[in-house]
Amino acid sequence: MALQDVADKSLHDKLRRAERRKKIEAVSLIGPLLLLMVIFYFIPIGMMLYRSIDNSQMREILPETAKALAHWNGQGLPDESAYAAVVADMKVAYPARTLAGAGRRLNFDKVGFYSLLLKTGRKLKKIGGPPYKEKLIEIDSKWGDPKYWTVMKRGLKNITLIYLLRAVDLRYDDTNSIVGVPEEQAIYKSIIQRTVYISLSVTILCLLIGYPLAYFMATSSASVRNLLMIGLLLVFWTSLLVRTLSWILVLQDKGVVNSFLLSLGIISHPLPLVFNRIGVYVAMTHVLLPFMVLPLYSVMAGIPSYYVRAARSLGATPIAAFFKVYTPMTLPGIGAGCLMVFIQALGYYITPALVGGPKDQMVSYFVAFFVNERVNWSMASALGVVLLLMTGSFYLIFGKRVNITNMKLG
Amino acid sequence: MALPAHATTGERIWYYTFRVLVAVVFIYLIFPILTIIPLSFNSGEFLHYPLQGVSLRWYHDVIASGQWAVAVKNSLIVGVCSMVLATVLGTTAAVGLNRVNFPGKQLLVAFLISPMMIPLVISALALYLFFAKIGLNDTYLGIILAHTILGMPFVLITVSATLQGFDYTLVNAGASLGAAPLPVFFRIVMPLILPGIVSGAMFAFATSLDEVVVVLFIAGPAHRTLPLQMFSGIREHLSPTILAVATMLIVFAGLLMLTLEFLRKRNEKLNAPANIAA
Repeated sequence: MALQDVADKSLHDKLRRAERRKKIEAVSLIGPLLLLMVIFYFIPIGMMLYRSIDNSQMREILPETAKALAHWNGQGLPDESAYAAVVADMKVAYPARTLAGAGRRLNFDKVGFYSLLLKTGRKLKKIGGPPYKEKLIEIDSKWGDPKYWTVMKRGLKNITLIYLLRAVDLRYDDTNSIVGVPEEQAIYKSIIQRTVYISLSVTILCLLIGYPLAYFMATSSASVRNLLMIGLLLVFWTSLLVRTLSWILVLQDKGVVNSFLLSLGIISHPLPLVFNRIGVYVAMTHVLLPFMVLPLYSVMAGIPSYYVRAARSLGATPIAAFFKVYTPMTLPGIGAGCLMVFIQALGYYITPALVGGPKDQMVSYFVAFFVNERVNWSMASALGVVLLLMTGSFYLIFGKRVNITNMKLG
Repeated sequence: MALPAHATTGERIWYYTFRVLVAVVFIYLIFPILTIIPLSFNSGEFLHYPLQGVSLRWYHDVIASGQWAVAVKNSLIVGVCSMVLATVLGTTAAVGLNRVNFPGKQLLVAFLISPMMIPLVISALALYLFFAKIGLNDTYLGIILAHTILGMPFVLITVSATLQGFDYTLVNAGASLGAAPLPVFFRIVMPLILPGIVSGAMFAFATSLDEVVVVLFIAGPAHRTLPLQMFSGIREHLSPTILAVATMLIVFAGLLMLTLEFLRKRNEKLNAPANIAA
């Protein structure tokens, strides 16, 4: 082996070792954070996603029935063995108080199941021995109705789609096909539409208000610009709750706006400006405005003034020069600002909850509602999935064109 | 953008209309926050103008009432702990990510900053369900971990931004002069990226201090933080005491903003000679 080869080989080894050391170093630097994120963020998010379809508890409460119905073909009524299994399961579940949970779960699919299970549970002692089929039907004729058995079979699978379907106003009908829920129960589609509508309106308002402000900041003298920037950043850094609170005070019946209009004699009674949609628009636009102005400003500050001057000297009217030359150059800022505002608005909860009325609440509110008021974690998770899909799809469609990471920091 | 002497009447009208428009927008932006401050010094119990007199009674109320004191204490515990954790983990990860390139790096970064993009209520629900399984609901540790995760993306972003202009020959120089990796980091790298670390830390602290949604899900009555106390106060019984707290938070926001502006200016100055050299 030539000396040159040996030298090459050792250099090659050294390089490889150095590269490996660098890699180990990087992994040990990133590792702790990644571990924390996986355990305390990605696993919880995954669990939440699974929760929206998870139905395994039902098999734990009614294991025998699940086994018996696995063989049932779904036509007509199941045979005696299924009825015997129901009785056997209830004898365990009723005293253990788990039957009510199963009842609530099945009631979510078909109204009337909760009372059916609890009523049967109460009368269980009187049943005695077989034949169970006749005796159960005697307790409640619903046991003789194949529709309830269809729901029961569906409700004992390990995975269920009823929550996700309900989150978009769909359900199973008696023949196991997916249909829309009756009109008087359909609420989620309108909530989703309302969420998109409010977010879109707020985004447009932010753009209409933010564009002139950003333009003025970008074209005025340094001292004026600094003053405006300080005001904007003060608002940006002020707590969201404080800003929301301030709008409640300003817009209330005896607030500054109403007192001012009353004293001018423009109105004779205070206008309802808060705890309704107006309040939501005014406060949300205010809270999200910095996210529009900051990216717009950073783009506008980089546009030299001679483009517009050149257009004007070539005969363009001021309006044409502005819309045909200036505005197209600000499109990256418009895109970034709109995406930032829109995606954040979709997930808003606190501001609408405080300044909106019952008809101004968005998807987030109902996620919290199902956790705190209804204790229905599955439905909360299903709405969470819907919200995540909404946010994620808008981000995937528009996010590529916009570098969102450096937006939030001003 | 001064008005030129040869401006036409139309241009003049537009010039002034535009200025009035911007002034109105600016008033919309700043005015509501400013109205809170005088109201917090009102001696009466009403939450509207005119003031009945000037007093500090609501500030006394904040200090005297046990609830607010506990809320402030909880917020400081959670805020400081989560800030330290987020800053340490975020900074080390940013340094690590800056050193190597590998396929899927962008995706990894996107995952790491995803808590910033995902609606808070989803993070809150996910953590609530998870913490229910492992017994971390209603604990300081649970809230601190949650806020660490929410604040960390800011640290990652600000530190990565300062690292972008970082000259790695300085590290090699330090190493070639015999310094071990840790002294190189603390004595060479850290002083240079300190503005990024500090602003990231402040973002993380401010995030924790302003976070209601997750706390609403995972905190018990004993761990009420300042924003949670404010939220339930605004919802249930809006009293002038809340205005006093709000005023203090506005002052805090002002200090935060000034500090960050100072850091940004300093960073610009530090980077300026390098830019000329390059």
